[in-house]
Amino acid sequence: MSTGTSAPNPERLATADDSPAGRGFYRALVVRRQLILAALTLTLFLSLCADLALGPARFGLGEVIAALLAPEAVSQQVRVILWEIRMPVALMALVVGASLSVAGAQMQTILSNPLASPFTLGISAGASFGAALALAFGVVIVPAAIDYVIPINAFIMAMLTAFAIHALSLKRGVTIETIVLLGIAMVFIFNALMALIQFFASQQAVSAVVFWTMGSLTKATWPKLWIALGVLAAALPLLARHGWALTAMRLGDAKAESLGVKPRALRLEVLVLVSLLAAIAVAFVGTIGFIGLVGPHIARLLLGEDQRFFLPGSALCGALILSIGSVLSKILIPGTIIPIGIITSLVGIPFFLFLVLNHKKASW
Amino acid sequence: MVTLTLDRLSAHYGRQPILSEVTTPGFEGGQIVALLGPNAAGKSTLFRRILGLLKGGGEVRISGAVTDRPMAYMPQDTGANAVLTVYESVLLARMQGRALKVQDDDLCEVDRALAELGIASLGERDIGDLSGGQRQLVGAAQALVQNPEILLLDEPTSALDLHRQIQLLSILRRLARERQMLVIAALHDLGHALRFTDQAMVLQKGRLVACGPTVEVVTPELLHRVYQVTARIEPCSKGRPQLIVEEAV
Repeated sequence: MSTGTSAPNPERLATADDSPAGRGFYRALVVRRQLILAALTLTLFLSLCADLALGPARFGLGEVIAALLAPEAVSQQVRVILWEIRMPVALMALVVGASLSVAGAQMQTILSNPLASPFTLGISAGASFGAALALAFGVVIVPAAIDYVIPINAFIMAMLTAFAIHALSLKRGVTIETIVLLGIAMVFIFNALMALIQFFASQQAVSAVVFWTMGSLTKATWPKLWIALGVLAAALPLLARHGWALTAMRLGDAKAESLGVKPRALRLEVLVLVSLLAAIAVAFVGTIGFIGLVGPHIARLLLGEDQRFFLPGSALCGALILSIGSVLSKILIPGTIIPIGIITSLVGIPFFLFLVLNHKKASW
Repeated sequence: MVTLTLDRLSAHYGRQPILSEVTTPGFEGGQIVALLGPNAAGKSTLFRRILGLLKGGGEVRISGAVTDRPMAYMPQDTGANAVLTVYESVLLARMQGRALKVQDDDLCEVDRALAELGIASLGERDIGDLSGGQRQLVGAAQALVQNPEILLLDEPTSALDLHRQIQLLSILRRLARERQMLVIAALHDLGHALRFTDQAMVLQKGRLVACGPTVEVVTPELLHRVYQVTARIEPCSKGRPQLIVEEAV
């Protein structure tokens, strides 16, 4: 007997509808994220121009853009200052910022740990130790041009750290806990070794070590920039190739495995790749810790964790933070360039806390 | 029609045997099979072994499958909290092994899976914000969206309220019939197994101790032997077999 109202389908859990609302939502989400990426790129370009314009000799934004578009049209003095002196430093900020942020993003992804960054795994500590060996005792691991002795030492120690973690975790089982614990052990070992170096080294050497660990972009040159850029340009497509699998990793190992991902193999491959990125970055500019931790968190707040957006977003956020840091390091105390590592932490962390505390949803 | 046969399937963790020579007759598409057994009987291990995620002896034979990847698996939820919307997480399961280019067809399948399970309204929520039961339904959607011929579900109803347990199992049974899909679900509720499943296999300490039509497998004797409870099975007013547990022994 009909009651006049349609009986609910007992096999539907709630009000199911077949309207394309989900599709519409998803398409709008994709467009919004593309717009955010475009906005980040534009802001990055403006920050780069500001970074180029600022310094002992100040230029207008128009002058900078003119010099960028048609270097022959501006005076030789402007051209030399912009292209030879400031450009490598400004671009190095972008490349190092992007490298550290991408390294941190993927470490957080493969280790399912919001605190993971190149610092957590001892990669930066290893680099500092390598640099300190050269600065304090003149230890040269690989003979090279004087300009490259410290970066090479730092790079080799950073990669040795990464490979040690890699080898030991292979022995013990490639679990998240093993890798994080090994990383923390590395940090403590290198901190102790650094203290030992500082104990025995001369006062002058200790100052040099301390300055190096603060991080500075001023040592950037075109050749160094090309090396760092080359590594970043090689790593990004490799990471993008694993984009789907890396996103799936964030659903947990069991779910990722059920979707055909091999979490352990992927974790090891990405670990080596991001260690390389972080090692190159730290070797050239010293320890800049904040970027690798916070760049990915800001990208996650803005773009979520779908790697198609999260990977470029992390790169852009990291580049932007360091570029803005570079600008601030020149203008906070006129006539003095404050080491960039100090700026990014002092200015960036309050900004980051503001973002996290004011965001309506937990980002982790 | 797809058929899944397990032939002397074994698995070890280190030297510890977890599964010992599990052999079943062919389970055919269109059926829903209960995988039963007490805690630590080897149910999840059996799923992982069937999927090839765990190495070991024996053979998993699949015949009559029309796709390259006929199986989908819903593991137990581990509470991961990725910053992904429900929609994205289901799409992610759909896109496996393929290029990142999302087609209209993929979006239609995601909409269909979410609607099928009645969770279309959750599409915009972050998965980290969901309740345990909602996450379980999303997990089911992630498995269904792959359009599997064989669907393996590890305790799919453990976090659901009674109403949703009944409805999810009804949906799975209907989909099994409609799509000629073989569904194997690890269940702890033997009443649900009796009501919704066609076949049952029972594991105890890694060994298959019973396998066959559920009404023949789930007996007071088995319940006593495997679960250490005394129980009776009586027809309810609608004639369905009903499990009445008396006490633990």
